[in-house]
Amino acid sequence: MKYVEEFRDPKLAENLAAVIRAEADSAREYNFMEFCGGHTHAIFRYGVQDLMPDNVHFVHGPGCPVCILPVRRLDDAIELADRHGVILCSYGDMLRVPGTKRRSLMVAKSEGADVRMVYSTLDALKIARENPDKQVVFLGIGFETTTPPSALAIKQASEEELENFTLFCNHVLTPAAIRHILDAPEIDPEEAVRLDGFLGPSHVSTVIGSQPYEFLADKYQKPVVIAGFEPLDVMQSVLMLIRQVNEGRVEVQNQYARVVTREGNERAQDLVDEIFEIRPAFEWRGLGSVPESALSIREKYAAFDAEKRFEISEKVSREVKSCECPAILRGVKKPKDCKLFGNVCTPETPMGSCMVSSEGSCAAYWTYRRAETLAEMAAERDLEPAQ
Amino acid sequence: MTPASKARFRKGERVAMSHGGGGRAMADLIRNIFAHHFANPLLDQKHDATLIARPEGRIVISTDGHVISPLFFPGGDIGSLAVHGTLNDVAMGGGKPIALSAGFIIEEGFPLDDLDRIAASMGEAARAAGMPIATGDTKVVERGKGDGVFITTTGIGVVDDAVDIGPHRIKPGQAVVLSGPIGDHGVAIMASRQNLEFGTQITSDSAALHHMVADMLAAVPDIALLRDPTRGGLSATMNELVDGADFGLIMDEAAIPVRTEVASACELLGLDPLHIANEGKLVCICDMDKVQTLLDVMAQHDEGREARCIGEVCADQPGFVRMKTAIGGMRVVDWLSGEQLPRIC
Repeated sequence: MKYVEEFRDPKLAENLAAVIRAEADSAREYNFMEFCGGHTHAIFRYGVQDLMPDNVHFVHGPGCPVCILPVRRLDDAIELADRHGVILCSYGDMLRVPGTKRRSLMVAKSEGADVRMVYSTLDALKIARENPDKQVVFLGIGFETTTPPSALAIKQASEEELENFTLFCNHVLTPAAIRHILDAPEIDPEEAVRLDGFLGPSHVSTVIGSQPYEFLADKYQKPVVIAGFEPLDVMQSVLMLIRQVNEGRVEVQNQYARVVTREGNERAQDLVDEIFEIRPAFEWRGLGSVPESALSIREKYAAFDAEKRFEISEKVSREVKSCECPAILRGVKKPKDCKLFGNVCTPETPMGSCMVSSEGSCAAYWTYRRAETLAEMAAERDLEPAQ
Repeated sequence: MTPASKARFRKGERVAMSHGGGGRAMADLIRNIFAHHFANPLLDQKHDATLIARPEGRIVISTDGHVISPLFFPGGDIGSLAVHGTLNDVAMGGGKPIALSAGFIIEEGFPLDDLDRIAASMGEAARAAGMPIATGDTKVVERGKGDGVFITTTGIGVVDDAVDIGPHRIKPGQAVVLSGPIGDHGVAIMASRQNLEFGTQITSDSAALHHMVADMLAAVPDIALLRDPTRGGLSATMNELVDGADFGLIMDEAAIPVRTEVASACELLGLDPLHIANEGKLVCICDMDKVQTLLDVMAQHDEGREARCIGEVCADQPGFVRMKTAIGGMRVVDWLSGEQLPRIC
């Protein structure tokens, strides 16, 4: 496997780990946020933290498209399937996320709603063509990576004059979310998370390039390394961040240069720009309302906008009480800090999105590091009375 | 299909409700398709129940329902799979096969041509395995109430008194042996289901393992455990073993064989080969000093040519399956939650 096995080489990993140990200054702590859930899972799946010195910490960010969708938008999707009787198409993980009263799209499906899992927007278009008497809604979620396929679907539906296809647009933007996290201490000092740098999302950067992260270095004085998803990519990126911190440099570096350029995929960007525009604000699970952090469909393509075609009722949406997903998504808490973790919340009985999504932090801790996490939780519980 | 078989039903004929009605149509279907392909002395007794001579040793029995889409896939079909799946379950109990029963639930409108192909493949697999199909059942359900064909098979076999295979014999220090590369079946099915093309065709590993198992038991009669890592893949099999047990398992990622094309497909789709189904592989737990003997025996069979020792039974962290990762870290190997799905981004 060209470009995969090379990035999992045990000998190279050992060498890199030795260099990191040698260069990490034992007098300081390094807190690096991996924004993207894909990095979180790569770190856990390969046990990358086992090769890091004790003073290098990974802070898990909100970069999971399933996790950050607020319950209200999920309830809206369920309502589309329930009340409007549409064929609701979605990517798989979304089906299991609990909405208000723990009702998920999967539950709605079992109760008779027509909810279908698809692998691409083109599958949803195909379903629309095959069911001309039904309205088909694609629940579009994700960061800049999944936006171009949604744009393409609308473009194609428009060209084919498909009258029964719409997109329920929940596409969000990474730079705005990172900016919001860094502004959080100003908004609420309790929320201050010490961050010494970012592992930048690489799949996102294949589309938007590395340039949109330059404000992090310029304005916020935070080093960024756009990092690939293989374990050696992550380790090399950590080393690059350590070197920036040690040398007092603040730059956007591109470790994933085999795929990412500064400018990104301009054709995809043009397509996205033609179909979508920036919303004034969008609610993120965990982050609250974040200005200019999501996209909506331009007026020209309003015919393909589910929010315009269907009336969605005002309702009260509630997350599961005691679920710490919001704080975990901000990097303020870790899964072990949630009372529900491993207790009532497991991948089989998820209470929050972080446990459902294949990219969620809680799912990563549960799947790959359960023994240690449960032991830590038990130890902290035993200590409590003495404190 | 042979020219003779073409005359057994009309071209383009489909299964009708009458084929399950107990009348002449059903008798014709059984005679022209099932009896034609399965013919053997046991089935030819033509009783409602088949009599089998009492064997020496203990009886092992296993049953399995087969519901697969698509029915025909690279490397096999539901017919051969229905034989191999149950036969292998019997073999994992240390059993030598005696006979198989087969229950068919067929959807109205299913092409007889396809049913004939499935029965032919099933008959051939049973003959090759030396496990005659001794009895069967046919039901037809209305169109829309099935998915083409469902097949339930029950296999019986006989186990030598000296053989004692089961989780109760697993203890720390023993070795875990895997018979070959994982993930072939699941990826082949997924690729044909989604019409994915990967450049090279990935074929299912569906195969009968009882001949290899017989040789393994002849060489190492005190094998502690045999399991075939089918649905849920290697991770589910390993987790089943540690569930509630007073031992844990440690695997070595670098030792677990995965074909390059399967690994590439998994990378592309964001899947983990550990969770992907196999139909022709086994996991064996035995004393560490017997590993080489077993590997030598397994190497004599196509099904075991790429066998490896992939880990060991440990006393610490009981109830957990852990894995030393390819880059030298450690992680838990968990059950799969729900269905394994490709990544979103």
